[in-house]
Amino acid sequence: MSIDTPAKVIPAARKITTKPRVSDQIFRAIVTTFSFSALLILSLIAIFLLSKGFATLKAQGLGFITNFEWSVVVDDGGVETAHFGLQAMLIGTVVISFIALFIAVPLSVFTALFLTFYAPERIKKLLVTLIDLMAAFPSILYGLWGFFVLMPMAEYWAKLLHKWLGWIYIFDVPDAIYSRSPFIAGIVLSVMIIPIITSVSREVFSQTPLDRVQAAYALGATKWGMIRAVVLPFGAGGVVGGSMLGLGRAFGETVAVFSVLNIVFRTNFQILFTQGGNVASMIIQKWGEAGPSEVSALMAAGLVLFILTLMVNFLANAVVTRTVKSGR
Amino acid sequence: MSTSTVQKMRPWAASPKDRALTTLSVLLSVLTSVVIVAATPMKGKLAYFALFFLSWFVIDSLFVVRKQGAKGVRDGLAAKITLFGAVIVSMAVFSILFATISKGLKGINFAFLSQNMHNASLFDPIGKGGILHAILGTLMLIAFAIIFSVPMGILTALYLTEIKGKAAGLIQFLVQAMSGVPSVVAGLFIYAAIILNTPLRSSAFLGGLALTILMVPTVTRTAQEVLNLVPQDLREAGLAMGATQWKTVALVVVPAARSGLITATILGVARIAGETAPLLFTVGVFDSYNFNPFKGDQGTIPTVVWRGLLGGTPESVQRAWSAILVLLVVVLVMFVLARAFGSKSPKK
Amino acid sequence: MSQINHLDQNGTHMSDQPKDTTPSSLSDVAAKRAESKIAGTQPLGTGLEARGVHAWFDKHHALEDVSLDFSAGTVTALIGPSGCGKSTFIRTLNRMHEFIPHTSMAGQVLLDGKDIYEPGIDVTKIRLQIGMVFQKPNPFPSMTIGENVLSGLKLAQLKVDNHEDLLEECLTRAGLWTEVKDRLGAHAGGLSGGQQQRLCIARALAVKPKVLLMDEPCSALDPGSTLRIEETISQLSKSMTIVIVTHNMQQAARVSDYTAFFLSDGGPGQMIEVGPTNEIFSRPRDERTENYVTGRFG
Repeated sequence: MSIDTPAKVIPAARKITTKPRVSDQIFRAIVTTFSFSALLILSLIAIFLLSKGFATLKAQGLGFITNFEWSVVVDDGGVETAHFGLQAMLIGTVVISFIALFIAVPLSVFTALFLTFYAPERIKKLLVTLIDLMAAFPSILYGLWGFFVLMPMAEYWAKLLHKWLGWIYIFDVPDAIYSRSPFIAGIVLSVMIIPIITSVSREVFSQTPLDRVQAAYALGATKWGMIRAVVLPFGAGGVVGGSMLGLGRAFGETVAVFSVLNIVFRTNFQILFTQGGNVASMIIQKWGEAGPSEVSALMAAGLVLFILTLMVNFLANAVVTRTVKSGR
Repeated sequence: MSTSTVQKMRPWAASPKDRALTTLSVLLSVLTSVVIVAATPMKGKLAYFALFFLSWFVIDSLFVVRKQGAKGVRDGLAAKITLFGAVIVSMAVFSILFATISKGLKGINFAFLSQNMHNASLFDPIGKGGILHAILGTLMLIAFAIIFSVPMGILTALYLTEIKGKAAGLIQFLVQAMSGVPSVVAGLFIYAAIILNTPLRSSAFLGGLALTILMVPTVTRTAQEVLNLVPQDLREAGLAMGATQWKTVALVVVPAARSGLITATILGVARIAGETAPLLFTVGVFDSYNFNPFKGDQGTIPTVVWRGLLGGTPESVQRAWSAILVLLVVVLVMFVLARAFGSKSPKK
Repeated sequence: MSQINHLDQNGTHMSDQPKDTTPSSLSDVAAKRAESKIAGTQPLGTGLEARGVHAWFDKHHALEDVSLDFSAGTVTALIGPSGCGKSTFIRTLNRMHEFIPHTSMAGQVLLDGKDIYEPGIDVTKIRLQIGMVFQKPNPFPSMTIGENVLSGLKLAQLKVDNHEDLLEECLTRAGLWTEVKDRLGAHAGGLSGGQQQRLCIARALAVKPKVLLMDEPCSALDPGSTLRIEETISQLSKSMTIVIVTHNMQQAARVSDYTAFFLSDGGPGQMIEVGPTNEIFSRPRDERTENYVTGRFG
């Protein structure tokens, strides 16, 4: 009668291939090539700075980063003795950048909270426009403003700080000269990085999941209670990421810092005193009179700066992408 | 069942009584801070500011604590602190704008905008010499930057949004890395790569190359956002009609995103128009017209500002303010244009 | 022979000739519930009352003239098709409606006889007395299970002598204690959907509300969790007033003492009919109610 019914056969999936038309292949090739230009440029920067700075790096070794002295001396016989050590400027970079973060992060978070949760619609639009505008100001403008408008006020604040808190080492000064100090440079930098920290913070705050916000309010929370319980835990990662982006920007600032900081090759933690520097502005300062060996050293310094900012920006973007896009 | 007589209410909104109380507490705080400043050695804007904040907090808390207790006081404090943060930031922006306009206007006259500095020095009184050569130089730089960075930026964005190849993650990462390159490094690089290795020397062309490095990431990022906004059905419609991918992109997607791509360009230009550091390595400084973009130093607006600032005399500083005012006006105009183009949604 | 309130096994009153067009199952269930409800033990206060409540979203009139009296110690279900204003209404009861921008309302909502919309009132205190559980479980992910339950206290700055006792009490009432008592320090995100919802119930209970509002609390959960939560609701109703919005008529029949039917004919939502649950399902007075509960639409 019946033979065994054939077992159900499930066919294997067919492989679908598309061979793009020639014009498309050309299109893809062109676009892909141009996209790799980013890789090309970054690599070229590293290569050329390394090649031109190599002599210095070879001569100074690791001391290039760890030594404090920077000098070129040519004796009577035309023999040159050069010491190139970036340590003081590296520390200076970190000092003024952290002063900038110390001022900018709270201000940015407050502003972002205000914009997201408190501001009426029209004020919000105005303020957002103002902050976007701030981001578009050229750094030389910050230098001008910092020197002529901010510095007189900041010197007064520095005197106050010294008067009341001068017993703390960083607020003490060897001499009562308060102009062009790391403190002032830090303030100028903070104004420059507030826009980016504010806009990243604002973006992450505005993505706070509505159901958690409602849960907090339904439990009888005040607006601040809700912000503390829901918004800040949710947005902390984004704020950190935005702050690191600001830090990266602060590391590389050149002309604004040069205008309001007296660049001296000594490590200075007494931030109210007129002595400091960062790598970028040091390069500008030394460039004009640099002989070939110093040019090589400055190239090496540029390479160090490049790698440093690259690392900070990479970390920052990783943090921002992870928290803003994942919507924890 | 007539509802026309029902009055809409918002019992949670601030009543006139609430508003009056707020006004009262603000006025009282102003009064308190003035009184305290007059009575003690404290002086200066900082004193007024800090005292106003403190007394407003105290007075307002007295009103609130009866109704809401400690948590109401905390809530009020938080509201005030965030407001003050925003106020401080606004004051900074206004200060910059005000300073630029008020100090810069004094030096603006017809001569300033129509002459060069060939026969004048930075230290001469205003009225002698102008920055037309610098405006020309900056325009040349911008032109070069646009020519190089717009194609690179848009094509990179196209790779990321249209082709989405295997290297997309890497490219995305690289574009982000590039946006962090300090401007001084861009200048050093061009110097190291070209000036030290080829016969080429400072010129607008080299400056344009340096600025390209800084402009490409901005163009790419904005272009990417704009291209992602183009609805997917547009692309599908093109492909369904049998068009190749490149035809779809060129004839459908890009035109749809056109105004956004213009925005991307404008934003990129605004980013680099005021850059100073790279120019010091690649363009130099110059005091009169140089119509050869490939050879010879150029005057540029940022370097005029830079030298004016470093010069230190009232005249040179005045020139610096006036030049930066010109630059600021240019940036503001571009800003407004970018918004105007950016608000045009992709054509359906 | 039978008392007036006594119901025969078909769930219909002996007296009238019922125009009983409802499938007997729904009214059965409702009748069983009415039977098994113990006469309320400790009704707190005089309950919640809505008088002539309207709600607008900007110019759109979403809710029209709703008056409902929620007696203390009862469970009231709000039923009706989607979009007829049930959720909007329930949010006017604990002043959550006003968080949406450009909204307005009219009418009064009285808790123990006092209007909660009176000017000068501390709205955060109102929300402590009228708690809410939402459709999608929303525990705070940055807090542990224990911290979640106590979060309401922290937000309201309420002092409690013994945290552990309160934790155990709330989690037990919510039906979650046995499952989490050994891991109160674990993060709330690791719980299943049903467990998270019970955690939210425990959290709402910690501040000792008089009224608990529930907006479709089981619609995102599996049937097992749903039944457990319904048990919880039955237990809770002995000591508080509960208002529950539900799409599930069987659920309304299972858990509620009273049911209110909402409907919108394209205009603002209105409350068509309210009554004891078993009556609504067996002998509704309005034809629209009857059409809905018999499944002719919705």
